Amino acid sequence: MLEIVQTNENNYISIAVTGDADASSSIKLDKGLRSAFDESHSNIIVDCTNLNYISSAGLGVFMSYIEEINQTNTTFIIYGLSEKVLKVFGILGLDQLLIIRKTKEEALAEINGL
Amino acid sequence: MRISLVVALLLWLIMTLLDVLQVLAFRSDVDLGISPVVPVLIMDFFFVFLVLYYRLRITRLESTDFIDYLWRVFAIGLVATLVSVAIGLFNSSIADSALSKNPFLEEVLFSLRFGMVSVFLISTFTVWKKLILYQKSKRLVLWWNVFEGIVLLSIFFDLTGAELQTSDLFKVLFGIITLMALILSANLKWVAYLNFKQKWKSILLILLITIYLGYFFTSIYVPGEDTMDNLKSIDNLFVISLFVFLLFYSIFSLLVILFNLPTSSVFEKKMEEAINFQRLSQSIQQGENENQIFDILLTSSMSAVYADAGWLEINRNKQETEELEIRRKNLSPTNRLEVIEQIKTSKQKSVLKNPLSKATEQDQTLVVFKKSNFRSVLIVPLVIQEKVAGHMYLLNELSDGFNKEMINIINTFASQASISIENFRLLGEALENERYKKELNIAKKVQRALLPENLDHDSCFQIHAYTQAPDEVGGDYYDTFKLSDHKFVVVIGDVSGKGTSAAFHMSQMKGIFQSLVQLDLAPDEFLVKANKALSGCLEKTSFITLSYFVIDTERRSVEYSRAGHCPTLFYSSQNASAEFLENKGLGLGILRNDSFKNYVFVNRMTFQKDDIIVLYTDGISEASNHSGEEFGYERMKKILTENAKYDAVSIQKTFIKKLFEFCEDKNLNDDYTMVVIKFK
Repeated sequence: MLEIVQTNENNYISIAVTGDADASSSIKLDKGLRSAFDESHSNIIVDCTNLNYISSAGLGVFMSYIEEINQTNTTFIIYGLSEKVLKVFGILGLDQLLIIRKTKEEALAEINGL
Repeated sequence: MRISLVVALLLWLIMTLLDVLQVLAFRSDVDLGISPVVPVLIMDFFFVFLVLYYRLRITRLESTDFIDYLWRVFAIGLVATLVSVAIGLFNSSIADSALSKNPFLEEVLFSLRFGMVSVFLISTFTVWKKLILYQKSKRLVLWWNVFEGIVLLSIFFDLTGAELQTSDLFKVLFGIITLMALILSANLKWVAYLNFKQKWKSILLILLITIYLGYFFTSIYVPGEDTMDNLKSIDNLFVISLFVFLLFYSIFSLLVILFNLPTSSVFEKKMEEAINFQRLSQSIQQGENENQIFDILLTSSMSAVYADAGWLEINRNKQETEELEIRRKNLSPTNRLEVIEQIKTSKQKSVLKNPLSKATEQDQTLVVFKKSNFRSVLIVPLVIQEKVAGHMYLLNELSDGFNKEMINIINTFASQASISIENFRLLGEALENERYKKELNIAKKVQRALLPENLDHDSCFQIHAYTQAPDEVGGDYYDTFKLSDHKFVVVIGDVSGKGTSAAFHMSQMKGIFQSLVQLDLAPDEFLVKANKALSGCLEKTSFITLSYFVIDTERRSVEYSRAGHCPTLFYSSQNASAEFLENKGLGLGILRNDSFKNYVFVNRMTFQKDDIIVLYTDGISEASNHSGEEFGYERMKKILTENAKYDAVSIQKTFIKKLFEFCEDKNLNDDYTMVVIKFK
């Protein structure tokens, strides 16, 4: 099961991801990210504090936005990854392509250019 | 059976002979010395054997065709009447001659007539019994047995010599039998099972039988003036009771059939509905297809509600926009469109709740038109697999053409047809699934063949591989290639996702590997080229992780690159410890441009005797148990260290065994692959 909640703040869109992102639920993750990107907002942060597990299919969803992030100059930040999930991102090498921060504060600081 | 008939016949002959003798004796004033009981007894036994014969005969006939029975009675009656009439004619034709006064002839003729009437009465009696006992109850059988017993016993009543006019006992017994006959005559269940045509036939036959009975009754009850006293057999309790009973039952059935005539069509209708219902439920077994079921549904529904026309709209596919399939009956396409237009504009619509469903789309609609050929329309939805798969329209030329009863019947028809179609479709789906299974099995075999059976190696190292997929096909990949006598490539990969799509990408990977490997590239160069090749053919959200190893057994060195694949587990015999090879990398297909080369690196190391390399996919390291704990790197290190002294095959086996123990009975839901290399 995977829950996606999007909240629009002043200068960024926040997407909270809760549950397991496996082969079947990654479609939901993609929908959630897609709708956020469709708003063409320059700042998107993803709260993964409650993301228990991510499979290769889930990683594939994040991966598929890398090009768009670069082309549109979107600031896309993932934060709150558990050690386990972070390790999965690291093994694949996605930590080199995506901005990953520990906390929301760090993520917001990045957005505000501090 | 035959014997009883022969005995009855003999008895009749003797009786006739005795009568003639008696007349002779009477005339010549000679006393024959025969007791008056003897002829009576003979007559009684004649009855007894006749009854016996017909009882035996009727049990042999196991027909349920009532008309058949009635026809037999009628035929016997006809013969009896013809004989009787012939005798009457013969009598009148010889009225003037000397013969007419011949008592012998008269006696013989009377006896013949009497015999025929007896046969008719008794055979009718057995048939009436059969009719009364149709769909019998225990109580009825008891009643009948008592009645039959009394009637049979009454055969011998004439031994007492009592007469109707004088004997009170006779009157009482006659009264009892008449009463019972009346009560039993109320059992006319068989009438209900006659159809309209059969009822008319029955009326005709029973009417004729009643006429015979009346004719015989009067002809025997009102004997000629000059008939001798001993011929007045009407005083026989048995005969008179039989007459009364047979007459009662004939008249009763006649009246009941007559009054049942108007309602018989209703009964027939119900029977037809039951049969149609059965046809709808059985149609699958007969190998019929959906169209035939729809046709049966429409035809039987129309006949059940006396609809003048109707059509079915069937939505074959799940898409709403799909063209509807129409099956019409007694209606032209233009008329159908007119009716649809009228339904749209009609204001007199009433929705009838479907008691089985809450969804409003499954409700029936009743529409009434003011000016049209058709005055009322009933629209019934067809619900298949919980979805409305079509509608049935039934048209009637009368307004208020559909009553509640009819709508209920249509409901059952529609749901039965839906069940039949549902079953039919499920069966089809099952067959289709079976086919897919076979296809998948083929895919499994093909994919299995993509993984090498023999792994390239030389005497410097052992290599052993193991792979398993929960689905028929998977996305794990490993391969080897011999670059030269002492240079080997070993590769392990994992396609993102699972199942069929992963399997297709895995086969692409195999093709790319087999082409590029021959170029004898450095590991990082290989990965860059592979990434470029894959960029064009991988799905947007798919990627492949890969570890690429070049083993040089002459230099005893290993060069390797990692493209986002799980870190390789390495056991150093010198340190007697295991560790994961840390090096940076990025999965293939993640960056589909030239910048990819910035993310892959080559590492070099040398190997010693008894060093071990364990390549694996994340299906092993990320396998979890019931409490969600992962198999994990620490456990893998420990297992390798503890089992380093064994050969490659044993190490692999121990790993998988430990993995299963860890996961307990939890099914592994990812592909898992392991390649163990042990240097010598």
